[in-house]
Formats: sequence, C-alpha cells, structure tokens
Amino acid sequence: MSLTRSTGAVLAKELKIELRTHDLTNTVLFFVLMVAGLFSFAFSPTVQESRRILPGLIWLAFFFAGTLMLQLCFVREQVNDTLAALRLAPIDPSAILFGKILANFLFLVVTEIVFVPIFSVFYNVNVWPVMGQLLLVLFLGTFGLSVVGTVFSAMTAQARMRELLLPLLLLPVLAPVLIAGVEATSELLGAHPGIGREWLSMLGGFDVIYVTATWLLSGFLVEE
Amino acid sequence: MGPAGDGQRQQIDGTVQEMEMTTKSKQRVWGLAWVATAILLALAGYAIFFVAPRELTMGNIQRIFYVHVATAWCGFIAFFISFFGCIGYLASRQMEWDWLAVATAEVGLMFTTVVLITGPVWAKPVWGVWWVWDARLTTAFILEMLYIAYLLLRKMVTEPGRRAMISAVFGIFAFLDVPLCYFSIRWWRTLHPAPVIGGGPGSGINPVMWHVFLFGLAGFLALTVILVRDRYRMEALRQKISELAADLEEREESLESKEVTR
Repeated sequence: MSLTRSTGAVLAKELKIELRTHDLTNTVLFFVLMVAGLFSFAFSPTVQESRRILPGLIWLAFFFAGTLMLQLCFVREQVNDTLAALRLAPIDPSAILFGKILANFLFLVVTEIVFVPIFSVFYNVNVWPVMGQLLLVLFLGTFGLSVVGTVFSAMTAQARMRELLLPLLLLPVLAPVLIAGVEATSELLGAHPGIGREWLSMLGGFDVIYVTATWLLSGFLVEE
Repeated sequence: MGPAGDGQRQQIDGTVQEMEMTTKSKQRVWGLAWVATAILLALAGYAIFFVAPRELTMGNIQRIFYVHVATAWCGFIAFFISFFGCIGYLASRQMEWDWLAVATAEVGLMFTTVVLITGPVWAKPVWGVWWVWDARLTTAFILEMLYIAYLLLRKMVTEPGRRAMISAVFGIFAFLDVPLCYFSIRWWRTLHPAPVIGGGPGSGINPVMWHVFLFGLAGFLALTVILVRDRYRMEALRQKISELAADLEEREESLESKEVTR
C-alpha cells in the first residue's frame, strides 16, 4: 500500500474514533474557552492592551490545548494494545505517525476556526479583515505543533510521568514557532496589517524540517 | 550447579578482573590528566586577572569574557558531539554511542549554565540590565531548557535500550531546533555584542587578550574532555552493574526452581 493511502487509512481510523466519542474535541474546546476567560480575568485588558497581548494569548491557549490533546493520541492505543496491530499492518511505519499527525492537526484546526472569532469578541479586536491570513499563520504553526507533538507523544507513551513530561519536551522545541507565530499575528492585528515573509518562511521551514526528520526517524519511533 | 553455570561464572570473573586491570593502569593516566587540567586552569585564572590588559571602556568586568566565551564554545562543542552520539546510536544500536550522547549532554548543560550565569554578571554593569531577550541569550536559554528536558526524559524511561533510542530521537529533534531558534530571535531583536573573534572586518582583539583567551579555552577544553570521559565511564560501569544484577537474579531464580522440584 502506498504511503498516501496507508496514511489516509490511519487518519480515517482516528477520525472515526473521534466522531464516535468526541473525547478530544470536547475537552479541547472547553479548555480553550476556559483559558480565554481566565486570561481576561488575569489581565483585564483595555482595548489597546488587548490588541497587543491577544496574539500571545491565542498562541499560548492553542499550545496548551495542543499539549493536552496530544498526550492521548498514543496513550489511548495502549488500552487494548492496538498499536501492536497497527505495527503488524503491512504499511510504512511513518504512515502511522503521519495519519495521527494529520488527525491531530484537523482537531486543532477545528478548535481554531471556532475560537478565533470567540477571542475576537471577548477581547474586542476585529479580526475579520485579516481572517484568511490569520488562519494561514495559525495553520502553519499548528502543523508544526502537531508534527513534533505527535512524535513526542509516541516517545513518551511508555515513560513514567508522561503527562508531566510531554509539555516539558514539547514547549522548548516549539519556541521558534511561538516567536514566529506571535510576531506574524501581531503584524496582522497591528495598525498596518501585513505579514513579514520571514515569519511565514520560519513557520514553513519548521514544518518542512520536522516532517522530514519524522519521516526519517519513524522506523525507530514505532517499533517494539 | 551445571557446567553451563560454571562457564558463566568464569566469564563474569574474567570481565571483573579485566575491568580491574584496565582501570588501574588507565586511572593513573587519567589522574595525571586531571592534575594537568587543574594546573592549566589555575594558570589561565592567573593570566586572566594579571596578564590580560584592562579593557578601556568596560574595565575589569570585561575579564569575564575569557570564561564566558570559552565555556560557551565548550558547551556548544559538547552538544554538537551529543548530536552525533544520538545519530551514531540510531545508526549502529551500540550502547557506547548512547553513553557518549548523555555524557556530552550533561557536560554541555553544565557549561551552558556557567554561560548563563556569567553573562548576566557581565551585562548588568555594561548594558545596565541583567538579562535581555536577544538572539544569543534566548538561544542559550532554550538550549538549556532542551537539554534539561533531554535528561529528564532519560530519567523517566527505565529500560536502557528503549531509553537510548527515545532519547536519541529527542536529541536529534532538540538539536535541529537550535538554528531555528537562533534565526527566529535574530529577526526578532538582537543586542548581544557582535562576535569579536572572526566576526568580519573591524572585529578582533589585542594579541595579549587573544593569547590569554586561547589559554583559557585550552583549559576548559581539557576539562570538557576529562569530564566527558569520567561521565562516559560511569555510564559504562552502570551498565555492567545492571548486567551483573540481572545475572544474579537469574541464578537465584534457577536455584529456587531447583529446590521446588526437589
């Protein structure tokens, strides 16, 4: 089976599980809603301040939501040891990772599409004129988060204290994504909306580098 | 005890003897290396304070440069070797590569910590603030976070083969992050002084300062080598101990099962 088809099969399986249970999307949607409120209580920003801090809030909220969600993507294979079955399938090991990466990416993207307007309302910042570009920046960053997060979730699935460990591994590696994402978002929400090309290339470059590394190292991650 | 058990015992006795012999002769050499490094570092300390000239604008605080830059280079070299240790392990599945990776990661982390402490001490009088989030400082900070995460990950996975593999993958992912971090923050903001050594036209330092710096660098490089070697050896001994313990357990179990059958 080709890599694309087997990746598609794993993705379909992940989506089917999610559509039956809604475990991940429900928890993440609620988490982001709560964080949107908590940030407002913590900073009680004025309109000017909101414009300045909103990019950071959006990215941090999605980062933390992502780390919570990514934890489960390999742990829930352990209950019935279904990962063993996936490994036995005559597919490339990278297909398992890529299928899960795409699934996590889709779940986070859904959350973002729902929550960017909600953030916009809560913080009185009009995002409609730049919505398309904003989503592009968010998607590029989220893809990086999904790639590295899924790989680290596979790594830590059998470690002790894995719930605590994943964010500790993930957040420092994601620092370039956070910087580039927040800067690009700030430029979009600023007085003269536009995106610096360097931020887009940083986000895109991060995605390309880590997808390649994942593809090269997937054999080691999925074995045993 | 059957003949197979005796053979095993002889083999273990052999390993233990071999270890003792090699340690004795090797330890002497490495003991000398330790003494030489200590003397080198003491002399470098003397040179930094009494031989190097006083810098015109910054004054005595500039002397921290000799330690700061030398440890930064050593730390970075150590992380670089650790990266190759990770690749080496994945390519060969030999535990030696894993030991090298962890030894260099720990030593590199120690040097980065020195860099992160000496930096602010220098920055406060010169820049007026302890810390700024500029490209080099932030990269050093994230480097520190990444390798703390690497060591934490190793602590949380007990089975040696699995730990070696997982941490090798993480080590590669972490190291790939360093240039990305550096450039993302360089585009963001930069305040750190441009490199004075090999930094293009207009850079360069007084020849005496340069020699003192090289002297200090030699001392810290020697320290890097012996620390890595000691840490590597510790990892090797740990492995031997766990092998012996596993063997002991196996023998006890076989004895017990024999008694049960009797």
